[in-house]
Amino acid sequence: MIATIFIQAILAGIVLFSVISFAALHTWLERKQSAVMQDRIGANRASIFGVRALGLFHPIADAIKMFMKEDYIPPFGDRFLHTLAPFLSMTFALVAFAAMPFGDILKMGDLEIPLQVAPINVGLLYIFAMMSMGVYGVILAGFSSNSNYAFLGGLRASSQMLAYEITLGATILGIVMIYGTLDLQEIARRQGDLLWGWFPKWGFFVQPLGLFLFLVAGIAETKRIPYDIPEGESEIVGYFVEYSGMKFGMFYFTDFLETILIACLTTVLFFGGWQVPYLNRAGFYFPWVEGGNIPVILIPHTMVVLLQVSAFVVKVCFFCWLFMTIRWTLPRFRYDQLMRLGWKIVFPLSLVNLLATAAVLLL
Amino acid sequence: MAIQTKIVSRPELNLWEKLYIPQVVQGIEITAGHFFRNLSLHILHRFGLLRHLRAAVTLQWPEEWRPLAPRSRTRHRLTKREDGSPRCVACMMCETVCPARCIYIQAEEHPDPNIEKRPKSFVIDLGKCVYCGFCVEACPEDAIRMDTQILDIAAYSREGMVLDMQELLNPKSARILSTK
Ligand code: SF4
Ligand code: SF4
Repeated sequence: MIATIFIQAILAGIVLFSVISFAALHTWLERKQSAVMQDRIGANRASIFGVRALGLFHPIADAIKMFMKEDYIPPFGDRFLHTLAPFLSMTFALVAFAAMPFGDILKMGDLEIPLQVAPINVGLLYIFAMMSMGVYGVILAGFSSNSNYAFLGGLRASSQMLAYEITLGATILGIVMIYGTLDLQEIARRQGDLLWGWFPKWGFFVQPLGLFLFLVAGIAETKRIPYDIPEGESEIVGYFVEYSGMKFGMFYFTDFLETILIACLTTVLFFGGWQVPYLNRAGFYFPWVEGGNIPVILIPHTMVVLLQVSAFVVKVCFFCWLFMTIRWTLPRFRYDQLMRLGWKIVFPLSLVNLLATAAVLLL
Repeated sequence: MAIQTKIVSRPELNLWEKLYIPQVVQGIEITAGHFFRNLSLHILHRFGLLRHLRAAVTLQWPEEWRPLAPRSRTRHRLTKREDGSPRCVACMMCETVCPARCIYIQAEEHPDPNIEKRPKSFVIDLGKCVYCGFCVEACPEDAIRMDTQILDIAAYSREGMVLDMQELLNPKSARILSTK
């Protein structure tokens, strides 16, 4: 019992640490990637004793700057809610990672550690619940600032998030139907099955439309360009206009966390999670040669787990890259376009996808 | 005469463009193309390869300076004769033509009887100068030029922006900055 709790605590620590560091790294990634895409160099001047390290110290400089800034709470604003809102946003984005499977089972002696902080059998529901709770942070931020701009921004943000939340839920139902479970670990595991005896049954192949709609709705969920109407950094001020210092930083951080979360979800639901093609618990196997599932190349257990975890990380990094590329490529939608896209196109399409999947499964 | 108006019709999007998705893919193709090209160039540069292909248009000022065209008007200098004395004959043409009235010349007699005058002091207040280059054009002796390629002109006070004859004859970059 104690050992289990201890192991879970360690796992939680590892996940929390890596997610937060990766989110901090996202600020660097955002600067550098946008720069490289636009033929620029990007922020590279922050240095420690003359070592610049490609501008990797900029996130640290950012953090120092944000801590030094005045923490301003607008007069007549609600002090308590104003302080609470960024914490709510960030906490719910962070705890959602608990249900994310980042590897299969790790065997240490006779201990079997599932590489997932909280092995919940309704993990998907849990993550969606946490993501919806994130709306509270946004609404409260807009509401407690006692500023009309922030209030309207909060309304915009919450209506967008609710609209796309529903779509997001409807798009993954296809996946749930095909793999027949809400357990993310199980979904990842079943994507190791083979179609026609040789093709890995990854979600993107059985649910191409689902993947597409999921990406559309998922990016909307992260509140970043082309769906950055909630924030509208430069033109239409958003719900965190009255925030300063680290509280503003936390909202910003939440966006990055949500980007990573959506990247993780895409990986787990549509790209096999930690699956490496043709790798099972003992090593690589080649189904088209004689002998089927017997591994041809044997690999020690720790190596297999390591391969799987790194496969997961690589996939997540790829999607973070993709989201960043989209963010720096597209212009922003207008608000009516956004709502029309959400309610009139993406949502009906996801229902169609659902029906089609159901029909195919029935036949 | 009646006002002529030209009615510009809005470009109609065809179905392919209205679908938006192909356009998104196209856009990402472009940006991702730039990304991978520049990224690989950056990496190759680390190993000293393909240095002649630039990976970014950024100039890393102040380590890297933008090359100036030779004809660009930069800080003034006074040209010299072979013996090192200024070519200027204190004819006051530049002082007269200067639209900003920022040239102040005091003339004195030249020891050489063949030359009438020479400047006793020659001061340009760069705080007022508008870099029009008229002084260069007006000079009959080619005694003043604006070709030092010095652009980093800044000072902590108005007095600091004033250049005397010594400085104009021997232009040094960023002198003003260092002497406050
Ligand atoms: S450049 Fe123009 S403003 Fe400046 S000193 Fe010459 S004439 Fe005067
Ligand atoms: S116009 Fe030329 S020669 Fe005449 S005062 Fe000016 S610099 Fe000297």
